[in-house]
Amino acid sequence: MARLSAPNNLLTTTIDKAARWAQTRSMFPATFGLACCAIEMMATGAAHNDLARFGMEVFRASPRQADLMIVAGRVSQKMAPVLRQVYDQMPDPKWVISMGACASTGGMFNNYALVQGVDQVVPVDIYVPGCPPGPQSLMHGILTLHEKIMSGELVHS
Amino acid sequence: MADQRTEEIWVAGTEEWDGASTDEGAQTMREEETASRLAEQIGAVVSDDYVIEDEAADDERMIINMGPQHPSTHGVLRLQLELEGEIIRRSKPIIGYLHTGMEKTAETLTFMQGPTNVTRMDYLAPFHNELCFSLAVEKLAGIEAPPRAQVIRVLMTELNRISSHLIALATNGMDIGAISMMLYGFRDRELILSFFEKTTGLRMNHNYIRPGGVAADLPPGWRQDVEEICRVIPQRLDDYDDLLQNNPIWLERTKGVGVITGEECLAYSITGPPLRASGVNWDLRKAFPYSGLEDYEFEVPLGQNGDVYDRYRVKVEEIIQSVGIVRQAAERMPKGDYRVDDRKITPPPRKRIDESMEALIHHFKIFTEGFRVPTGETYVAIESPRGELGCYLVSNGAGKPWRMHTRAPSFYNLQALPIMMADSLVADTIATIASLDPVMGDVDR
Amino acid sequence: MTAAALFEGFPEAVAEGDVVRLAPNDLEAFARAALQAGYEMCVDVTAVDYLEEREPRFEVVYNLVSIQHRSRLRLLLAVEGDEPHLTSVTPIWPGAGFAEREVYDMFGIVFEGHPDLTRILMPDDWEGYPLRKDFAVGSVPVQFKAAHLVT
Repeated sequence: MARLSAPNNLLTTTIDKAARWAQTRSMFPATFGLACCAIEMMATGAAHNDLARFGMEVFRASPRQADLMIVAGRVSQKMAPVLRQVYDQMPDPKWVISMGACASTGGMFNNYALVQGVDQVVPVDIYVPGCPPGPQSLMHGILTLHEKIMSGELVHS
Repeated sequence: MADQRTEEIWVAGTEEWDGASTDEGAQTMREEETASRLAEQIGAVVSDDYVIEDEAADDERMIINMGPQHPSTHGVLRLQLELEGEIIRRSKPIIGYLHTGMEKTAETLTFMQGPTNVTRMDYLAPFHNELCFSLAVEKLAGIEAPPRAQVIRVLMTELNRISSHLIALATNGMDIGAISMMLYGFRDRELILSFFEKTTGLRMNHNYIRPGGVAADLPPGWRQDVEEICRVIPQRLDDYDDLLQNNPIWLERTKGVGVITGEECLAYSITGPPLRASGVNWDLRKAFPYSGLEDYEFEVPLGQNGDVYDRYRVKVEEIIQSVGIVRQAAERMPKGDYRVDDRKITPPPRKRIDESMEALIHHFKIFTEGFRVPTGETYVAIESPRGELGCYLVSNGAGKPWRMHTRAPSFYNLQALPIMMADSLVADTIATIASLDPVMGDVDR
Repeated sequence: MTAAALFEGFPEAVAEGDVVRLAPNDLEAFARAALQAGYEMCVDVTAVDYLEEREPRFEVVYNLVSIQHRSRLRLLLAVEGDEPHLTSVTPIWPGAGFAEREVYDMFGIVFEGHPDLTRILMPDDWEGYPLRKDFAVGSVPVQFKAAHLVT
C-alpha cells in the first residue's frame, strides 16, 4: 500500500491520522489458533475479558477479510508453509502478533519439530510472552499494537 | 469381533487417490480398484454398494480439503473429503500439523521437569496429563503419594474434567451455531480457572501434579472457592439445558448424526465419552481405579445411539457427576503432607537449605541431575475427559526417561472419523468432529 | 477361548504379570488368539529404541485391553535393527492403524500388510526417523551468556 506521504501537508497528515484511527478501531483478527494459546485467545474474546470492546471480537475465518494474524501456538515444520500461505493471502495493511513463547522463539520445545520462532516465516510486529499468556497479557499486546499504529511507528508499505 | 462394515469402510476410507496433491506433500487418496484388491487381501467381504461405485461417474466427485486452518476443525486438523454434491463419500484425516516432538523432548528433561512437557499435550486437561506421567514415574520408582496429595489430585483433575467438558460443550455449540453456548462455556470456565490460578499460579499448563505428590498445598480459603464452583455449575447446566436440550434445531442437527456402534468403537480403540455414548460401560475410574478413586461414589453415564446428541448428553452428565466427586473430595480432605517424604525425590523446604548440608546437597542433586528412577518399563492409564490417557515409561536408571510415550485418546478417536462421516453431509462433519472433541496437541504431540 | 488358554498355543511366550514377551513371528497368530480370547481393544502400539543397550535394537510394545475380563495385556516384541519389520495387526484391530503409522514415522519399523503406511506426523518428504536414538534432538543454540551446553 503506498502511503499518502508525497506532499507532507496538513491535509495528508490528517487523512493519515484518520486512516490509522480507523485501522486500529476495528481490526479483524484471522483465526490462527494452533495450540494452548488458542484457548487463551478464545478466552480473551469471550465474556470475561472482552475483546469486543476494542472492536475485535469478529475473528474472520477467511484471511482475505482479516488484517491481524495472531499466531497463537507452536508452529511445526508441517504447518510453516501453511502459515506463510495464510499470511500471503491477507491483504495489506496487515500485522502479526506472535502470541506465546512457542510462537516467539520456539518456547520450551527446542527440537527438530518446531520452527524456532515464527519470525523465521512471517514478519512479526508484537511478541507477547507467556506460556500461555493470560488474556490480560494478550490484550496488552494488542493495545500496544494499536498505540504503535496510532503513533505512526509501524509503517507498512 | 470387528464388525464387517468396519473393515470395508475403514479400508475404503484410508486409501490413497492419485490426483490433486497439496503443497505439504503426498497425502493423497488411491483409486478405488485398490480398495477391492486390498480388501480381498485382508479377507474382508466387499459389498457392492459401498466399495465398488457403479452409480456415479468419477468426474462428479470432488476432493475438497478442509483445514488445517479452519475455524471448525478444533485446532490444526486437515480433512480430505471426497464429495459427491454435499455428501461425503470418503474422507481422510491428515494430522501432524502440531507435532512438537514432545516424546523426544521428554528424553532430555528430568523426571521432575517431565510434567511441564507432558502438560502441554492435551492442553484442555493439563492436570490429567501430569497425573498420568506422575503415576507412571511413581510406579517405576516404587513410591506412593501421601493421602492428602491423592485427594488434592482427585479434586484438581475432576475440576479439570468439568472445565474441559465445558469447552467441549462450548465449541460443540458454536460449531453448530449456538454461539451463546461458546460464551457461556468460557464464562463458567473462568470460575474454575481462577481457582486454578490461586492454587497453582497458572490458568493453564500448571505443572502442579508431580511425581511424589503435588507442587504446593491448597491456598487458604479454597473450601469457599470449591463450594462456590459446586453451587454455580449445576445451575448453569440448567441454563444450557434451557438453550439446547429441547431446542428443535439442536435436536435436528445432533440426533442420528455421526453414529458409531459399540463394536466399531472397540475395534477402533475409541475410549472416553464417545465409547460410553455408544453404550459400552467402560470407565477407567471404575475399571482400574487410581489415586483413591475407588472410594468415591459416582455413576458412569451411558448413551444408547452413539450419535452426536448422546455424546453431548454424556458430557453434561459427566459434569454433574464430577461436581459430586469434587464435593466428596473437599469433604474428605485429610491433613498431612502434600508430597512424599522421600528426601531423594521431594526437594527440601527452602529454609532447611540454610541449616543442613544434606538438604543443600539433595536440593542440588534434584534440580540439576534429577532423581534417579530404577530400570524398568511400565504403562499407566487414567481416564481423561477425552478417553484413556496412558503413559508408557521406560527408564534405564538415569535421571531422565529413556523413552516416554503417551497414549493419546484423541489420536485414536480421530481414526473413527471416516466411519462416522461416511455418507453424511458436510455440515454434519462439523458437528461430528466437535462431538469427538479432539485436541490436536494430544493427537500430534 | 479363555484368557488363560491364550498362552497354550505359544510355548515360547514369556509372561510375567501382564507383560508377555513374544517372538515377532508369533505376533499375528497371538493377536488373532487374543482377539478371540476377549481382548477387544488394542489400546496402544509404540516402540522403544535401545540402540546399543540391548540387542536386538527395537522393541515394539502392544497394549491390549479386555473389557469383558477387565484386564490388560502388554506384548513386547524384539525387532532387529537392520530393516526392522513386523506384521501389521491392523486387519485384526483397525484401531492400531494410526499407531503403526506413527511407529513407522518415528522409528522406521515397517508393518507388512498395513493399508496405508505413510508418514503421519512429520512432513512427507522428511528424512530420518526422529525418535531413534541416533537422531539428534535438533535443538538450536540459545544466545544466553552462560548456556554453552546444548542437549
